[in-house]
Amino acid sequence: MTNIKTNALRWGLKGAVLFTLILPLGAPGPAQAAEAGATTPPPGKEIAFDRKLGNCLACHAIEGGDSPGDLGPPLAAMQQRFPDRAKLRAQIADPRKFNADTRMPPFGAYKILSDQEIDLVVDFIHKL
Amino acid sequence: MKKAIFAVLLSALAAAPSVQAAAPVAKAVTPADDLKLYRSYFMKKFPGLPLDGYANGVYAIDRASRDGWEAIEEFPPYEPFVEEGKALWNKPFKNGKGYKDCFPGGPAQNKNFPYFNKVRKTVITQELAINECLQANGEEPLKYGKGKIASLLAYMAFESRGQKTNVEITPESLEAYNKGKQFYFARRGQLNFSCAQCHFQSVGQRIRSDILSPALGQTTHWPVYRATWGDMGTLHRRFEGCLEQVRAAPFKLQGEEYRNLEFFITHMSNGIPFNGPSFRK
Ligand code: HEC
Ligand code: HEC
Repeated sequence: MTNIKTNALRWGLKGAVLFTLILPLGAPGPAQAAEAGATTPPPGKEIAFDRKLGNCLACHAIEGGDSPGDLGPPLAAMQQRFPDRAKLRAQIADPRKFNADTRMPPFGAYKILSDQEIDLVVDFIHKL
Repeated sequence: MKKAIFAVLLSALAAAPSVQAAAPVAKAVTPADDLKLYRSYFMKKFPGLPLDGYANGVYAIDRASRDGWEAIEEFPPYEPFVEEGKALWNKPFKNGKGYKDCFPGGPAQNKNFPYFNKVRKTVITQELAINECLQANGEEPLKYGKGKIASLLAYMAFESRGQKTNVEITPESLEAYNKGKQFYFARRGQLNFSCAQCHFQSVGQRIRSDILSPALGQTTHWPVYRATWGDMGTLHRRFEGCLEQVRAAPFKLQGEEYRNLEFFITHMSNGIPFNGPSFRK
C-alpha cells in the first residue's frame, strides 16, 4: 500500500501516514443491521467501504480497500490535511461548499448518509 | 488545464438557446460549434487516437483492458444473437409482409438513425421504427431494452458495419438536440452526477474498477453484449444503468427524454464508423 502514501504525497502532502485500522470482526454488517431495524450503525470503516453506503472506494484509495477509483485524492495522512476535524466533516457532508464544480456527492445534504453515519465515517477517515 | 476546458464546456452549455433568456447577449452555440469543442477536448486528452478509434469505447484508451477485449472478440458472445436477429428479419409477418417492406434499403440501417421527423416533431430511433413497422402490419410491438429487439438490432448493426454516423441537426430539430444536451450536462440523482462529469470530465479515470469511456464514440457499437448483464442490451438500457448508478429515477425506454439524449450524443459521433454489435464488460 506504499503507493497510497506516495500518491497522497503527490497530492501535495508531507509527513508520516498513520495506519491504525482494525476491522472489528463479528460486527454486524450494514445490511443485517438495517434488517433488524437496529439503531446502531456499523463502524465507520464499513460505512465508508459499503457500496450501498459511503462507497468512498469508488473514487478514493483507502488503506485496506480493494481496487479503488481515482476521481478523488487518496485518503491518507488526513490529520495533516485536515487539522480541523469540522472541516473534514463539512467536506463529506457537502463538498459543494469548497468546490461548486465538485464530483463528490453531497453525503449529508442529499441524505446519502445520516448525521450519525457521517460522524462515524469522519472518525475513521480522520485516523487515516 | 483540464479544469479550464471543462469550464468552457459548461459555459457552452449555458449559452445554449434554450437557456439563453438568462444571457441574451451570448452568441448562439450551434451543434457544429459543440462538435468542434467536444472533439478538441478529447483530442487534447488522447493525442494520437484517431477519430475512428473512439468507436471502441474504453478499449480505445486503455491498453490493458483492450487485450482481453480483443481475445473475446475472436469468439464473440453476440454471434448467436446476430443469427437470431437474421431469422427474425427474414420471418414474414402474418400479412405476408416483412421488415424489408418498412426498411427498403435492407437491414443495413444504422446510418439512417436517429433522425428527426419534422411532421411528428420527434426523434425517431431504430427501435421506434421497428416497433412502428410491426404495429403498422398488425403485429405486437417488441419489448424495449433486451430480448428480440436486441437480436434484431444486432443483425442490423452487423450488416451496417462500416457505415458512418451521420446525424443532421436542422433548425426544426435544434430544440430536440438542445434538450438532449441539457440532459447530458444536468446533474441528477441522489449522487448528484451529470453524464458529462463521468464521460467528459473524468474520462480515463477509474470509478472503482471501471475506467470511464469518452462520450465521443458511445453510440457506434450497439447493441452490446455486456458481461455484467450476461446478455445483449440496447443503448437505452445502458442509459438506464448509468442513471441507476447515480440513484436517479430512470425514464421510459424509447421515451422522449432518451430519444433526445440519443440524438444529441449520436451527433457527437458524426463521422465515426459503426462497428456493432460489440462486447463490453
Ligand atoms: C463519486 C466520487 C466520490 C465519492 C463516492 C467520494 N468522493 Fe471524496 N472526493 C471526490 C473528489 C473528486 C474530490 C476532490 C475534491 C473535489 O473535487 O471537490 C474528493 C475529495 C475528498 C476529500 C478532500 C480531500 C482533500 O485532501 O482535499 C475528502 C476528505 C473526501 N473526499 C472524503 C470522502 C469520503 C469519506 C467519502 C465516502 C463517504 C467520499 N469522499 C466519497 C470524489 C468522491
Ligand atoms: C457516476 C459515473 C457515471 C455517470 C454519471 C454516467 N455514467 Fe455512463 N458509464 C459509467 C461507467 C462506469 C460505464 C462503463 C465503463 C465505460 O464504458 O465507460 C459507463 C458506460 C456508458 C456507456 C457505454 C459505453 C460503451 O462503450 O458501451 C454509455 C453509452 C453511457 N455510459 C452513457 C451515459 C449517459 C448518457 C449518462 C447520463 C445519463 C451517463 N452515462 C452517466 C459511469 C457513469
